[in-house]
Amino acid sequence: MKNVIRAAALTGAIALALAACGSAPTTGGSTSSAAASGAANSSFKGCIVSDSGGFNDKSFNESGFQGLKDAAGKLGIQTASAESKTDDAYTPNIQNMLSQNCNIIVTVGFKLSTATGDAAKANTKTKFALVDAQPTDAQGKALTLDNVKPLEFDTAQAAYLAGYLAAGMSKTGKVGTYGGLKIPTVTVFMDGFADGIAKYNQVKGKNVQLIGWDKAKQDGLFDGGNSPFDPGSGKANADSLVAAGADILLPVAGGAALDALTAAKATPGTLVIWVDSDGALINPDSSSIILTSVMKLIGAAVGSAVTDAAGNKFDATPYVGTLKNNGVGIAPYHDLDSKVPSDLKSEVDQLKADIISGKITVQSANAPKAS
Amino acid sequence: MTDELVPDRAAAPPAAPPEPSSEQRASSWLRRVSSGEVLTTVLAFVLALVIGGILIAAVDKKVTAAAGYFFARPGDLLGAAWHSVSGAYAALFRGAVLDYQATTVLKAIRPLTETITTSTPLIIASLAVAVAFRAGLFNIGAQGQVIMGAVVSGYVGFTFHLPPVVAVLVALVVGVLAGAVWGGIAGVLKARTGAHEVIVTIMLNYVASFLLAWLLTTSAFRVHGSQEPKSQTVLTNAQLPLLFGSQYRATWGFVLALVAAAFVWWLMSRSRLGFQFRAVGANPYASRTAGISVARMTAYVMLASGALAGLAGAVQLLGTSKYLTDGIAGTIGFDAITVALLGRSKPGGIVAAGLLYGGLSAGGRFMEVVTGTPIDIVLVLQALVVLFIAAPGLVRTIFRLPAPSADVEGALA
Repeated sequence: MKNVIRAAALTGAIALALAACGSAPTTGGSTSSAAASGAANSSFKGCIVSDSGGFNDKSFNESGFQGLKDAAGKLGIQTASAESKTDDAYTPNIQNMLSQNCNIIVTVGFKLSTATGDAAKANTKTKFALVDAQPTDAQGKALTLDNVKPLEFDTAQAAYLAGYLAAGMSKTGKVGTYGGLKIPTVTVFMDGFADGIAKYNQVKGKNVQLIGWDKAKQDGLFDGGNSPFDPGSGKANADSLVAAGADILLPVAGGAALDALTAAKATPGTLVIWVDSDGALINPDSSSIILTSVMKLIGAAVGSAVTDAAGNKFDATPYVGTLKNNGVGIAPYHDLDSKVPSDLKSEVDQLKADIISGKITVQSANAPKAS
Repeated sequence: MTDELVPDRAAAPPAAPPEPSSEQRASSWLRRVSSGEVLTTVLAFVLALVIGGILIAAVDKKVTAAAGYFFARPGDLLGAAWHSVSGAYAALFRGAVLDYQATTVLKAIRPLTETITTSTPLIIASLAVAVAFRAGLFNIGAQGQVIMGAVVSGYVGFTFHLPPVVAVLVALVVGVLAGAVWGGIAGVLKARTGAHEVIVTIMLNYVASFLLAWLLTTSAFRVHGSQEPKSQTVLTNAQLPLLFGSQYRATWGFVLALVAAAFVWWLMSRSRLGFQFRAVGANPYASRTAGISVARMTAYVMLASGALAGLAGAVQLLGTSKYLTDGIAGTIGFDAITVALLGRSKPGGIVAAGLLYGGLSAGGRFMEVVTGTPIDIVLVLQALVVLFIAAPGLVRTIFRLPAPSADVEGALA
């Protein structure tokens, strides 16, 4: 037995030393508590729980986490994060946050709406910010709670601009879209995109077609299945759109949007419009085929919710991101700037101004109600 | 995988002495794993903890910072590493067993109830996998059977208004039946046509998960007026009652899991049917010679295995989740395979392994929140434990243990 202990201790010590020596100080920043380990000069604690997509989803979990980290860096508050691996982790993760005395808990995504509603009702002193959804009770009815701020985004407005742009840029007269799942936060992009294309057709007397989404029927092309937002699950949809002649793709599919980039590279001349964040920045190797991005500025919304809570200015009024408050928008054209005709650019800018002024209203049944 | 060697209902005359087929090799490997010793299991866990500790230290920013000037001041590195690893494992313990830093006793024991909650479906699904293992069959389809159990018990649970007690019993029974049917498909296909159960069950997993995704788009399942892919909530009468009151999530499902474990023990160790299951698992050719219908046993085993997995799904839904989402089964069906291996396919071992696994999951979530250690470390720990258990020779070599005698290995598990 002595031998065993000695062997184990020795192996452990040697391995530990080697590992600590070998790992250069370049390990990535994926661990949380950047602020907690550094200059935590505040007892305020901002916490975040992801949905099953995880914090590296290149989508709302990642943006939300970044928003919390940025706010924490500025305010010097403590943070904690919990990445949910499965759907049954939401409730325990929120419970753990509560047991760690978090002052505000950011929960990301509609999948957490019931868990957030339950926890908020039972813990009225803790503030919550729920990204992309409203809190619901166990029966799925939306709740209005004094300690939960829903952070929602009317992305149809920005997608409208992208639709107009895509219609103007398409050479084949066909643009395509596909989604991860048929849920409002996905189809709201498609509704706006469809309307933007229709606007272009109306103004120019053209007939640019949208494949993959029928706004009237509210039906279209979705990945579905086990992991609809994972890379690979959008391949069949992206390929079929390209095969059908679409030369601009709008993938509203989280990680599965990468499949659109792959398909676009395989067929030169095909462009992609990214969603959620600025795609040309997060996929630098594909910046030459990313026309623009329909951005949802989740990080900024999360950051301001946390900042308000830390400054005792929390209010539960639902936040709805629009073009007007810069909660949504379209990204710069980056590499393709010279390819976009200046007339088209100014038309898009004019449309943006018209939407902000209320001259044009973008209608979508899937847009957040509370605006 | 080789068709001609799969035991068939229309048994060919036992002319040629059968060569060791892939099936036999597989089942003898299973037997070797399941007849291993408790000691190697414990040591495998210790080894995994050591390696996990190294990883925890390696991803800690303070440790890596201290490593930069290791030769100038080695004490800093060791101190930081010790602090990081001990902190993480302490948090793991606090999240899985007892939160000794909590302000009240009731809060302090919450982690234990969380462990129980997490491990409940896992234990039942592992029993399902183990029943098949012991009969020489790989049920990789527990995931699909769990999904079907959850779907059907959920549908009954939120659709039909039944009196208390009756409602929950009916929902549980239909869940069990749904799982049995789903497992039975693979069993019957194997018995009748020799279709390999691994391939059939894997494919049925996909069928089940896509079926669930589709069902969640139908008005029969969705909350009225909602666009979100989640189902209605199970009516109160059909929910499993809470075990320790409303403060904790643990339900009577855990008691069901223990009952299921006792039942599987009786089935496999005391009943005639269970003896036939094991006999077929040990040697299908000898079993056939002894007058056991291998085909029929194959079908029965998969029915029983599927029924248990269906119960796991029903318990998860009626007890913990209460409504269906596309991720209702999480990774239960796959973790169940791991837990069954870890528990050496014995009911007692599975209960212990399930609690350990559930504890690691619950503790891992807590650890992530408290110390910022990525939860992936826990997944690595779980994987390492299984790796070392699947390779007992490695553990024995590292700790210089004597090899067990051949008799033990050959004994009928």
